[in-house]
Amino acid sequence: MKFLDVMQFASGSLRGSRARTLLMILAMSIGVAAVVVLTGLGEGARRYVINQFSSLGTNLIIIFPGRTETAGFGPGMLLGQIPRELSLDDAQSLLRSRAIGRIAPLTIGSSQISRDAINREVVVLGSTSELLTVRHMSLKKGQFLPAGNIHSSESVCVLGSKILLELFGKQNAIGAWVRLGDRRFRVIGILSDQGESMGFNTDEIVIIPVTSAHMLFNTSGLFRILVEAKSRDAIMQAKKEAESILVTRHNGERDVTVVTQDAVLATFDRILRALTLAVGGIGAISLAVAGILIMNVMLIAVSQRIHEIGLLKALGAPASQIRNLFFAEATLLSVIGSIVGLILGQAGVLVIGKIYPSLPVTAPWWAILAAFGTALGTGILFSVWPARRAAALDPVTALSRS
Amino acid sequence: MIEFNQISRSFMVGDQQVSALRNVDLNIAAGDYVSIMGPSGSGKSTLLNLIGLLDRPSSGIYRLDGGNVTDLNDEQQAHVRSQKIGFVFQSFHLVPRLTAAMNIELPLILAGMPVAERQSRVEQLLENYGLKDRADHRPDQLSGGQRQRVAIARATSMHPSVLLADEPTGNLDQTTGKEVINLLEQLTEQNVTLILVTHDPVLGGRAKRQLHMVDGQIIRETERSS
Repeated sequence: MKFLDVMQFASGSLRGSRARTLLMILAMSIGVAAVVVLTGLGEGARRYVINQFSSLGTNLIIIFPGRTETAGFGPGMLLGQIPRELSLDDAQSLLRSRAIGRIAPLTIGSSQISRDAINREVVVLGSTSELLTVRHMSLKKGQFLPAGNIHSSESVCVLGSKILLELFGKQNAIGAWVRLGDRRFRVIGILSDQGESMGFNTDEIVIIPVTSAHMLFNTSGLFRILVEAKSRDAIMQAKKEAESILVTRHNGERDVTVVTQDAVLATFDRILRALTLAVGGIGAISLAVAGILIMNVMLIAVSQRIHEIGLLKALGAPASQIRNLFFAEATLLSVIGSIVGLILGQAGVLVIGKIYPSLPVTAPWWAILAAFGTALGTGILFSVWPARRAAALDPVTALSRS
Repeated sequence: MIEFNQISRSFMVGDQQVSALRNVDLNIAAGDYVSIMGPSGSGKSTLLNLIGLLDRPSSGIYRLDGGNVTDLNDEQQAHVRSQKIGFVFQSFHLVPRLTAAMNIELPLILAGMPVAERQSRVEQLLENYGLKDRADHRPDQLSGGQRQRVAIARATSMHPSVLLADEPTGNLDQTTGKEVINLLEQLTEQNVTLILVTHDPVLGGRAKRQLHMVDGQIIRETERSS
């Protein structure tokens, strides 16, 4: 029997019992679609997090004061001890490491910003000119904080785009004066719209030189030091050296925390990938259920078509041929079901993408392959028993059964 | 052509052994027209199934065309069935979802015959059996006589040397039954061996050789009195 004839015969018998065929295709396609949509969601979440992280900067190391203890209960917690501050000199000393390319000290506070009668509360970032590159920000207009002496407290500021809109509307703001607290600052630049990243909206901040911020808020400590390593390979080296420099400066006390962005990112990546696999696995269970359904329906088909099987044997079909016919049916069902499922799944992914545009939902290629493979596999695997049963039928009893 | 040597066939019913055939010796020459008659349970269908290789004897040797076919495996027996044996059943056994033409084509498809040859053969058979205008009808759209004609066309499509008919007129009325028998008898003129199982003595009496079975044995053989 030729391959084409086998397929034709199989598709003929599938067409012969339409309701049963449609039901099985439906079960199969729901399984495949579930895998595609679920892994698509998981992958979307993973990409979303990675995008958020890489928008923070590259080869980034973040230093903050205090030591996050992972275990134990120190006396400092009882006494309410405040960890030693990170100073501007601490930040500058980091440049002694050859693995470190740029640093950007960060002070944060909130203040009243006003222009004429308009005023609002605003988050004020104190930093240096390096922040622009380290933090991957870009300017819409004007210039960023001037480079030069870190201790000079020039009265200039850079506005987030939303602040600009609220204070100046469509008017030109460059060169204008605004009041922050009790000091006046000249606007020298406008940040371009970047929106939110990691819960921090750069459209609603004002950036001023770090020393001006210290004066404005009457502090001397830093909130963070952002450090950019010279290259990806230098990250670990930079982390180690930053730590040792700061420990030396702090009289041998390890009272800072140094985190690499990569480490955080890798952890998220691992967690979300595991999550994707897990939801994909849950989807695969529905595929297995579809497989069992196929097996049941095939078993019923074998007993319903017992005369036909007996006849085929009488007409000279060996057991292997009958097995192949049933296999072909299962394979056809699985292939059609998988294709329908892929289409459904992709449509589902598309719809979710439309509803949540910020989530980059796409089913990863490996999940699509796996769904297709599992569907085919279960379809064929679960047809082994029915097909063998059909092939093993005794033609005499098959023909005489009424 | 068909040579049975001490063939027996027994079944287990519960824990009891029931003999359906007992040490049957039988010789049928090519082109013979043989009827097998006897009461139900006498083993005539079992004999037919054994000749058609649908069943295996418990003991004895069966030669077909000089070759021993008793010990062939499933695949080889299927091949012999495909090439040499045609079946006509009491209840026609047409595949309900296939048209008359496709039912006739079925053995040719199973044998892996090329499409062009298949089509010309089916065409010819439809013509021969007067089914041309019924080619695209499914079995449930055909009359009993037409169904059996389709079944005979199917049974002869591979040009078998042996045609086995098990009560071929059992589900037909007198007139169409006669038509069907005429068609089968015409085939014997083309040197096809026809073996007919029936319990109708009038029908069986038309055969050249008539075997009478009781209790799994051939007790008597008569020749047509012509």
